[in-house]
Amino acid sequence: MAEHDMVGASRSGRIAAHLFLILGAVVVAFPIYYVAVASTHSLQTILRPPLPLIPGPEAYQNYHEALAGGIGRIGGVSVDRLLLNTTIVALGIAVGKIIISMASAYAIVFFRFPLRMAMFWLIFITLMLPVEVRILPTYKVMVQLHLIDTYAGLILPLIASATATLLFRQFFMTIPNELLEAARVDGAGPWRFFRDILLPLSATNIAALFVILFIYGWTQYLWPLLVTNSNEMNTIVIALRKMISFADADTPWHLVMVTAVLAILPPVLIVVLMQRWFVKGLVETEK
Amino acid sequence: MNRATFPHRVLPWLLIAPQLLISLVFFYWPAVQALWQSTLREDAFGLKTTFVGLANFRKVLADPAYLNAIQVTVVFSILTAFFSMAVALFLAVQAEKVVRGKGFYRTVLIWPYAVAPAIAGMLWLFMFNPSFGSLAWPLKQMGIDWDPLLNGKQAMGLVIAAASWKQISYNFLFFVAGLQAIPKSLIEAAAIDGAGSRRRFWTIVFPLLAPTSFFLLVVNGVYALFDTFGIIHAVTGGGPGKATETLVYKVYNDGFVNLQLGSSAAQSVILMAIVIGLTAFQFRFIERRVHYG
Repeated sequence: MAEHDMVGASRSGRIAAHLFLILGAVVVAFPIYYVAVASTHSLQTILRPPLPLIPGPEAYQNYHEALAGGIGRIGGVSVDRLLLNTTIVALGIAVGKIIISMASAYAIVFFRFPLRMAMFWLIFITLMLPVEVRILPTYKVMVQLHLIDTYAGLILPLIASATATLLFRQFFMTIPNELLEAARVDGAGPWRFFRDILLPLSATNIAALFVILFIYGWTQYLWPLLVTNSNEMNTIVIALRKMISFADADTPWHLVMVTAVLAILPPVLIVVLMQRWFVKGLVETEK
Repeated sequence: MNRATFPHRVLPWLLIAPQLLISLVFFYWPAVQALWQSTLREDAFGLKTTFVGLANFRKVLADPAYLNAIQVTVVFSILTAFFSMAVALFLAVQAEKVVRGKGFYRTVLIWPYAVAPAIAGMLWLFMFNPSFGSLAWPLKQMGIDWDPLLNGKQAMGLVIAAASWKQISYNFLFFVAGLQAIPKSLIEAAAIDGAGSRRRFWTIVFPLLAPTSFFLLVVNGVYALFDTFGIIHAVTGGGPGKATETLVYKVYNDGFVNLQLGSSAAQSVILMAIVIGLTAFQFRFIERRVHYG
C-alpha cells in the first residue's frame, strides 16, 4: 500500500481521473446511445430537433413496424435476410480464415517439404496487398468466376489472411518438440496430434481470433458494395447506407434508426461479452 | 533447435493448398493485372487497348485532382491519427490512476471497435446533419452556418471526427497495455527525486511509451488510408466538390464510376507501393519493439 501511496494518484487525483473517464465514456458512447434513443421515438419527434435524451414511448411500435416488413419496404429486402446475409458472411470469414490459416501454419511448422519457405513468403506478402489496392482487377476475377451476388464471392477473397497464418505459426513454434515426439512414439499421426494436442492448446488463440475476425467480417463495406448487385445479397451495413437519403423528404428515419441499432448490436455484444479473449487477442497477437 | 516433424510428403501440400489457391486467385493474379493494366490505355468504347508504358503514371501524378486527393489524404490521416491517439492516451492515463471501475470504463470504451466504419460515419451524420441532427441544432442556434453536405471544411471535420471516434477503442487498449509494461520502480525513483505527476508523465512515461506510439502511428495511418473508405463513401461521397476525396476513394471512383481503367490501375499500383513501404517500416520497427519488450 505504501508503494501505492507514493506513485499512485492522490485521492483528489483519483476523483479527477474518474470524472475524466466518465466524460470520456459518455462522449464515446454517445453516438450509439443517440441512435438507440432515436429508434424509440416517432418520426415526427426525430425530425424536430433537439431529440429528447431519454428513450421515448414508440419503442415497441417502431421495432414492430420495422421487423414486420417496414425495413423490407424501404430496403427492398427483409430484415431477416439482411441479418442472415451478414451473419453468414461474418461467420464464413471468421471460421474460414481460422481453418485455412491453421492448416497452412500446421503444414509450414510440422512438415518439411520442398519450397516450404517460399510458400511461407508467398503467404506473407499478401499482407501488402489489401483489397483496396486491387479493387478493379479482383472484381474482374469475380465476374469471370461467376461469383457476383454469391456468398462465396462475399467470403472467399477475404479469408486468405497472412496475419492469422503468422499468428498460428508463431504459436505452433512454441510447442515443445517433446510433445510431438511423445505423440509419435504413441503412434499418433498428424491428424491425431492436431486434434488431441494442438487444437486444445490453441483454444484461447482461436477464441481471440474469432472475435476479431467476426467483427472484421460483420463490418466489411467496400467488398460487399462491389460484389453485390441484387438487394437480396446485401449485408445490413450496405442496406443501411442505401436507405439513407437526406434529400428525400420521405425517408422513414425511425425505421432507419431501428436498422442501425440492429446493425450495431450483434458485434458490440460479441466484443463486450467476449471481452477477455478479445482484448488479449488484439493486444498480444497484433503483429 | 531442430524442429521435430512428420515425414509425410503430400499431406503438407494438401494443407497449404486452400490458402495458396485463394492467395493466387484473389491476391497475386489481380495484383499482376493491376500492374499490367496500369501500362495500358483503353479507348472510350473499350474496344482497343494500347501499351503506353508509364504514361498513365505521368498523367495521374500531374493531375490536379490526384494531387488534391493526396493532400486530402494527408490532412485526413494526420488529424485522425492525432485526435484518436491523443484522446486514447489521455483516457488510458486516467484509467491507470483509478483503482475501481477500470473494467466498467473499458467495457464502454471498446464499443466503437465493433461498429463498422460506414456506420460510424452514419452515426455522426445522424447527430450532425443540418436538417434534424440534434448536435447541428445548437450550432445553428448560435448562428453558425452549419452544413457539412455543402461546406468542404465542415465535411472534413465530420469525417475526421467519425474516423477518430471509431479508432479510440483500439488505441486505448494498446496504450493501457503499454502503460502497464512500464516498470513501476522507474516512476517511484522519479517520485523520490521529487518529480510531480505531470513531470513524471512527460519525462518518463511518455518517452517509454514511444514504441507503442510509433506502432499505433503506423496502424492508424494504414487505418486512415484504407479502412475509412466506408466513412467517406457513406457520409460525403468524396464531396462536397472533392473536399473529402481520399486516394482510396478516388481509385474506386475512377475505376467503377468514371471507368478510367488505366488511371485507376496506375493509382492502385501507387497505393500498393505505399502499403509495401508502410509494412516494411512497421516490421523494421517491430523488431525494435521486441527489444524494448
